[in-house]
Amino acid sequence: MAALGTYAHVRDLALNLTSRELKGKYKRSVLGWCWSLLNPLATALIFTMVFKVFFQAPNPSGEPSGLSNFPLWLLCGLLPWNYLANSLNGATESLVANANLIKKVYFPRQVLVVANVASWMVPFLIEFGVLALLLLAFGNFVLPWLPVVLVLILVQTSFVLGIGLILGAVNVYFRDVKHLIAIVLQALFYATPIVYPLSLVPVRAVLFGLDLPVRSLYRLNPMVPMVEAFRDVLYDLRLPPFGDLVYVSAWGLGCMALGQLVFRRLEPRFAEEL
Amino acid sequence: MSGLAVSVKGVSKRFRLYHERNQSLKASLVRGRRSRYEELWALRDVTLEVREGTTLGLIGRNGSGKSTLLKTMARILRPDTGRIVVDGRLSALLELGAGFHPELSGRENIFLNGSILGLGRKELKAKFDDIVAFAEVEPFIDTPVKDYSSGMYVRLGFSVAINVDPAVLLVDEVLAVGDEQFQRKCREKFADLQAEGRTVVIVSHDLGAVRDVCHEAALLEDGRLEQTGPVGEVIDHYLGRVHHDRLDDGSLGARWGTGEGGIERIEVLEFGGGPAARLRTGDPVVFRLHFDTTEPIERPVFTLTVHTAGGVHVTAPNTRDAGLVPDEVKGRGHIDLRVERLLLVPGTYDLGASLTDYTGAYQYDVRHRAFRFEVVAGSPAERHGVMSLGGRWEGLPLER
Ligand SMILES: Nc1ncnc2c1ncn2[C@@H]1O[C@H](COP(=O)(O)OP(=O)(O)O)[C@@H](O)[C@H]1O
Ligand SMILES: [Mg+2]
Repeated sequence: MAALGTYAHVRDLALNLTSRELKGKYKRSVLGWCWSLLNPLATALIFTMVFKVFFQAPNPSGEPSGLSNFPLWLLCGLLPWNYLANSLNGATESLVANANLIKKVYFPRQVLVVANVASWMVPFLIEFGVLALLLLAFGNFVLPWLPVVLVLILVQTSFVLGIGLILGAVNVYFRDVKHLIAIVLQALFYATPIVYPLSLVPVRAVLFGLDLPVRSLYRLNPMVPMVEAFRDVLYDLRLPPFGDLVYVSAWGLGCMALGQLVFRRLEPRFAEEL
Repeated sequence: MSGLAVSVKGVSKRFRLYHERNQSLKASLVRGRRSRYEELWALRDVTLEVREGTTLGLIGRNGSGKSTLLKTMARILRPDTGRIVVDGRLSALLELGAGFHPELSGRENIFLNGSILGLGRKELKAKFDDIVAFAEVEPFIDTPVKDYSSGMYVRLGFSVAINVDPAVLLVDEVLAVGDEQFQRKCREKFADLQAEGRTVVIVSHDLGAVRDVCHEAALLEDGRLEQTGPVGEVIDHYLGRVHHDRLDDGSLGARWGTGEGGIERIEVLEFGGGPAARLRTGDPVVFRLHFDTTEPIERPVFTLTVHTAGGVHVTAPNTRDAGLVPDEVKGRGHIDLRVERLLLVPGTYDLGASLTDYTGAYQYDVRHRAFRFEVVAGSPAERHGVMSLGGRWEGLPLER
């Protein structure tokens, strides 16, 4: 086979599909790309209102950075979360939305999921750049920490990609997946310390008459150490606990491997099931 | 080099036909597993070889598995048994412009579609001008393709696919699109590809075209490979069978289309309106196409086709070439083609008819050889070939 399936071809294809997704996203909207920035800012504003004005929550203070700013603290967790949620929603639909292509042309189908995740990564990186500038403006010198951030983004991407491959492939057979994932993501949003600090989760508590190590159970959710790690690096300016990094990396690699496995099993019959 | 471009060995393909096609978890939970389905073998143990540099025509009735075979060759479908080996880069023209994004410009879509079909960025850059020129869309290259006419759309799709530079090209029924001029260009391009020694596999209902273009043909019947060999033999065998079928059930030839509207019936009438009992060369005759539509059809084109019983395509007058394009037709009705002198020589002829959109790309109904009639000797009293020129000899030194 001359070109099909070679690395260069797959890369070109992924880039082209990504740019198609990106161009499609903001076509015909007046503010276009600005929405990518306005959305998280609006969310940050809403949660700041709720937590600062209504609940009178104290500002989390950065240790050792000394930063004390609720909206920035919120954005450090919110942006990675949005990247995860958008990518998983998008990846779930990515194969069904391209049914016509899958039925008429052969190409490595994984590229569709990859391109979709990549098309959410681009706005995420832009938002991230703006957040980094804001942090700098508020006196947090984040520049030396950026390599760690890149590693975190990489780990989260492989996590998202692995799960996205599974969701996209299963959604070809069961279209319920997209409804299910919306609910799961909503639950997960509140099971992750994004709008509240981890310290609010009790270490132990009695639930259903059982004395449970609630905090440890809570931390099984890989997005908990993930979001905490992003905050450690960006808000507090400190290295995340080594154990956490190993834990999330294991999730990233595990999901990626499982994603490949499931996708390859389900891939051969995509063209006829769609 | 084995000399084989495509080798299909013992390929079977099974589809699942779901009784209740709601892909929901609830349905599967209720039933325990996924919805119940019946199996349909679209291909059964097909073994076929296509030698390098030859053009093979796949023929057979609707549903006989031609498209399925092509899609397994293109790796879009995976066979349940057997193996397919393709030597060299393959490009499949199953649908022109599949993967075009309506909001993107022609230029952006060329790069997108090209990379989907397997071309690298560099190759595409080198071929860009050729692609645009062949599709004849230069002035609109930066316009979103959603504003293209359907003719421009398929031309661009064809142009990208054909420029992939495939060693093996698979074509499914897409050649009958676009206007006459573009079709001629496509045929020339095909001749070029054949001359360059590319391998081509074509699925087409147009047996005349298959006979013209292909070296060999393969006849599929109900998923089985019935016959392969030189194109003439296979087509004759097939036509013999089609005729038997027609005699069996009255009037049936191949028929396909999207179905929003259809040609219900074809009648052959005398000028007065009564059915023509017997037609002689030179007689006046009216061909009446009865149509019925379930939805209004915009800018329709009606075509009448005439084939000899042997499969030679005689002529295909259509309303677009005649400059008659109504804004729309809807409901039931009929149109007539009045012929002052029927210039067919004595023989057996088959009529077909089609209803398409203005470009011919969108086919509502195509009926292939649906009505058979006989022509007997009349005036001019010619007997050879398929038709008379209707001329008169003059100038011979004949005694009066
Ligand atoms: N995706 C599919 N799912 C179920 N049945 C299919 C599918 N595609 C084709 N078939 C069935 O397989 C048979 C062969 O179809 P096809 O290859 O399209 O025939 P042809 O191209 O010769 O008209 C038909 O009975 C058709 O209904
Ligand atoms: Mg077909």
